[in-house]
Amino acid sequence: MSVEAGLFAPGPIERRKRLIERAAHVTLLLTTAALILPLLAILAYLVVKAWPVLSWSFLVENPKNYMTAGGIWAALVGTLDVVVLSLAIAAPIGVLAGVYLNEYARENWLTRLVNLAVVNLAGVPSIVHALFGVGVFVLMAGFGRSIVAASCTLAIMTLPVIITSTTEALAAVPFAFREACWNLGASRWQTIRTIVLPNATSGILTGVILQVSRAAGETAPILFTGAVFYVAVPDSGLASFFPYGLRDPFMALSYHLFTISTQVTGASDALAYGTAVVLIALVLTVNLVSIVFRVRLRSRRKW
Amino acid sequence: MASHVVFRNVTVRYGGTIALDNISLEIPAHQIFGIIGPANSGKTTLLKCINRTLDFIPNVRIAGQVTIDGEDVFRVKNVYDLRRRIGMVFPLPVGLPLSVYDNVAYAPRMAGMRDRSQLDELVERCLRQAALWDEVKDRLRLLGTKLSGGQQQRLTLARALSHRPEILCLNRFSIAVDPVTTSKIEDVLLELKREMTIVVVSNLVQQVHRLADRVAFLNSSRLIEVGPTEVLFSEHPAHQLTFDYVRGHFG
Amino acid sequence: MVPSVDIRKDLRRRFSTLGESAVEWAIRLCGWSAILFVFAIFLFVFREGAPVLFRELDLKEFFTSVNWRPDSTIRPQFGILALLAGTASVTALAMAISVPAGFASAIFISEFCGPKAREALKIIIELLAAIPSVVWGFIGYMVLNPVIIWTTGAPIGINILNGGIILALMSVPIIMSVGEDALKAVPDSYREAALALGASRWQLTTRVLLPAARNGLLAAALLGVGRAVGETMAVLMATGHSVRIPHSVLDPVRTLTATIAAELGETVEGGTHYRVLFVIGSLLMIISLITNLTADLIVRGVKGRQRT
Repeated sequence: MSVEAGLFAPGPIERRKRLIERAAHVTLLLTTAALILPLLAILAYLVVKAWPVLSWSFLVENPKNYMTAGGIWAALVGTLDVVVLSLAIAAPIGVLAGVYLNEYARENWLTRLVNLAVVNLAGVPSIVHALFGVGVFVLMAGFGRSIVAASCTLAIMTLPVIITSTTEALAAVPFAFREACWNLGASRWQTIRTIVLPNATSGILTGVILQVSRAAGETAPILFTGAVFYVAVPDSGLASFFPYGLRDPFMALSYHLFTISTQVTGASDALAYGTAVVLIALVLTVNLVSIVFRVRLRSRRKW
Repeated sequence: MASHVVFRNVTVRYGGTIALDNISLEIPAHQIFGIIGPANSGKTTLLKCINRTLDFIPNVRIAGQVTIDGEDVFRVKNVYDLRRRIGMVFPLPVGLPLSVYDNVAYAPRMAGMRDRSQLDELVERCLRQAALWDEVKDRLRLLGTKLSGGQQQRLTLARALSHRPEILCLNRFSIAVDPVTTSKIEDVLLELKREMTIVVVSNLVQQVHRLADRVAFLNSSRLIEVGPTEVLFSEHPAHQLTFDYVRGHFG
Repeated sequence: MVPSVDIRKDLRRRFSTLGESAVEWAIRLCGWSAILFVFAIFLFVFREGAPVLFRELDLKEFFTSVNWRPDSTIRPQFGILALLAGTASVTALAMAISVPAGFASAIFISEFCGPKAREALKIIIELLAAIPSVVWGFIGYMVLNPVIIWTTGAPIGINILNGGIILALMSVPIIMSVGEDALKAVPDSYREAALALGASRWQLTTRVLLPAARNGLLAAALLGVGRAVGETMAVLMATGHSVRIPHSVLDPVRTLTATIAAELGETVEGGTHYRVLFVIGSLLMIISLITNLTADLIVRGVKGRQRT
C-alpha cells in the first residue's frame, strides 16, 4: 500500500468507496465459503459415520442377513456392469453423431433440427427417461426389468453430452489442417480418421469419462428398468464379476443406497453411510481422472 | 510430366456474389504462369477451380469448363486422383500435427504406398526439392507444427511435391515468410518449371515479374488482360488498368 | 494366380471407397439418431398418457384439485394441485437460496479472486456438481433431518426446508459456472474503461458487469430452475410424503417427480393410474424443455452478440 498524503490523500468519497469495496469482498468471500465449507464438513461427517464398516471386505462381500450386514459387492458390480454396457452403446453413437454435426452437416434446417434435438434431449428430466425406459425397453421391446433395459435407458440419457463434447473437441482442431489434407487428395473421412479424430481424442475422452460418473450415480433411470432390491450373487470366483445375465435384473450402488437408508430396518447406520461414501468416492475418482486428463491435454498441445 | 490447363467461360458464384466472371484463359505446360490483381478479384477461386476444392464451399455454383490436357475436371472419375495431380501451397504455412517425415509421406500413404524404402526415398527427394532437407534431415521425427514459419512453408511445398503433381499452384506463398525463405522457394520454382506447370498467384507484383513467363491480371472477378510477362509489365500493355495496377496506382 | 499389383490396388480402392461410403452413412445415421430419440421420448410419453386425457382424466380436476387418490376403489381422484404446490414450493425456496448465493460466488470467483484460488475453487465446484442426487437425498434424510428437528423443534425433519436446502446446494454449481461464463463473456474493454475512470472492483461489478451480463445470469437462473424441477431422488428422500398444500416451510410435501418415482412400480401397465403418471411425466417434460430451451436461446443470443 503506497503512502498517500497531501494531494493524493483519499477524500471522503474515496474512503467510502474503499470501505464498500472491502465489505463487498468479505461478504462474497464468506458466501462462497458458506457454500463450500459446510459441504466439505458434511462429507467429512459421512466418512466418520461410515468408518466402522469401511474396509476391503465391505467392498467385496455380498449383503447378508436381509441386508443388515455384509458388504455391497453385488451392487458395486451391478453398477460397473450397467455403466460399461450403457457407455458401450452411447459412446460410438454419440461420437459418430458429433463427427456428423461438426464435419459433415451443412448449414440447413436439418442441422438446426439436429442441434435442437440434442439440446432438448439434454433437458429431459431423469424420471422421464425412466418412464420412457419402462414403456419402450421393459415393456414394448420385451426385455423386462434387466441390465439391458437399464443400459439402453442410461445410454439415451448420456448421449447428448457425449455428442456435445465430441463436437467441441473436433471444433478445436484447426480448420487449416483439414484444408491441407483435402488439397493432398484425402477424402473427408480419410482426413477425419488420420488427422482430426486422433487430435480430438483427449477432448472426447474427457466428455465420455464424465458421463461414466454420471451413469454410475443416477438412480431414477434404473429405478424401474432393472435395478431391484436384492439379487443373490456368487460370493467369489469369475462368476462374481459377471453375475448378471443381460436379461436379468440387478443390484446397483445408487439404488442400494436408497433402499438401505429408507427401506431396510435393522441395518446399522454405518452400513448406509458406508454405501454413500463408496458411491461418492467412485464418482469423485472418475471425475478427478477426467480433470487430470483435461489438464494433461492442455499441456500436450500439438500445435 | 506437365499439363496444359484451359479455362473456358468459367463463372463461379458463391450464393449471390460473383467470384469469377466469364474467365477464359490458357495456362501452357512447362511454364510459370503468374496471376496478379487486387484483393477479392477471384485469384484464389481460380486456383480452387483447378483442383476442385471449390466443392467444399457451400452454395457454390459453377458454369463453364476447366480442362487439364483436354480432360474436363468436373467430369473426372475420381476427384481424389485429380487432386493428387495438382499441388497446392497456401498463404499461411501449415504443418500437419505429424512428424516431418509423416507430413511428406501423408499423400503417398493415402494413395496406397506402403513400402518403407520407397517412402524414405520419396521423403528425401521432396524435402531436397523444397530446399528443406539440410535443415531437417536429422530431425525427421520432429513435429511438423514445431518448425518455424519459413520451414513450415517449405514443408507444405514438399508435401505438395510428394504426389508428383503435373501442376503446382502457389497462392501468395510468401506473405507469412521471411525474405531468405522466399528467395529459396523462388529458386526452387524456377528449377521445377522443367518438370511441371506452375501457377503463382501473388500480391507482390515484382515477385511475379521475376518468376512468370506469362501473366494474367484479374480485377473484380474479371480477366482484364493475359499475355507474356514483358508485355504486361511494359510501357504499353493492352489495358490502362494493367499499367496502373502494375505501377501501384491502385490495389 | 496372384492378381497383378494394379488389379490389387484397384480392388483395394474399390473396396475402400465402398467401405468409406458405408462409414459415411453410419455417421449420418448416428447424427440423425438424436432427432429420433428426442421425438421418440416425446411421442412415447405423450402417447402412453393420452388415452386417459379426455376420458378418465378431467383436466379441470387435474389442475385444480388437491385430492390425489389414485388407488381409491370408490372413485379414483387425480388432482395434482398439491403436487404442483410441492414442486413449486421446494423449487422456490431452493432458488431463493441458490440464485443469490450462486451469483455471489460467481462474482467472487470471476472478479475478486486470485488465479490460484480460482483454479482450486473451480475444481471443487466441479467435484461438488458430480455428487449424485441419491447421495444428496441421503444427506437430507440422514444428516439434515435431525439438524432441522433440533434447530426448529418441528416434529419431522423431512420437509420443504430440508428439500429446499438440498436442492439449493445441488443447483449452486450450475448457477455458479454458467454465471461465471456470463461474467467472463463481458468484453475486457468494458472493464478497462471502468477501471480507467477510477471504479473500484465492486462498482465495476454492480454498475457495469452485472447489467452487461444480465442475459447470461438469467439463463443461469433458468437452468437452475430446470434442474430443480426435474430432480427426483433428492426430493423423494428429503421432502417427505405428504400430499397437501403446505402452510409453512416445515411442512412435508410431495413433488411431481417423487410421485412418479414412488408410485410407478405399483401401477398396472396400461391402467388409469399408470397412464396418469405418464401425463405428469409429459407435464414435467414440457416445463423442463421450456426452461432449458429459453436458457439456451438466451445463452446463444449472448454469444452471438459478442461476436460483433
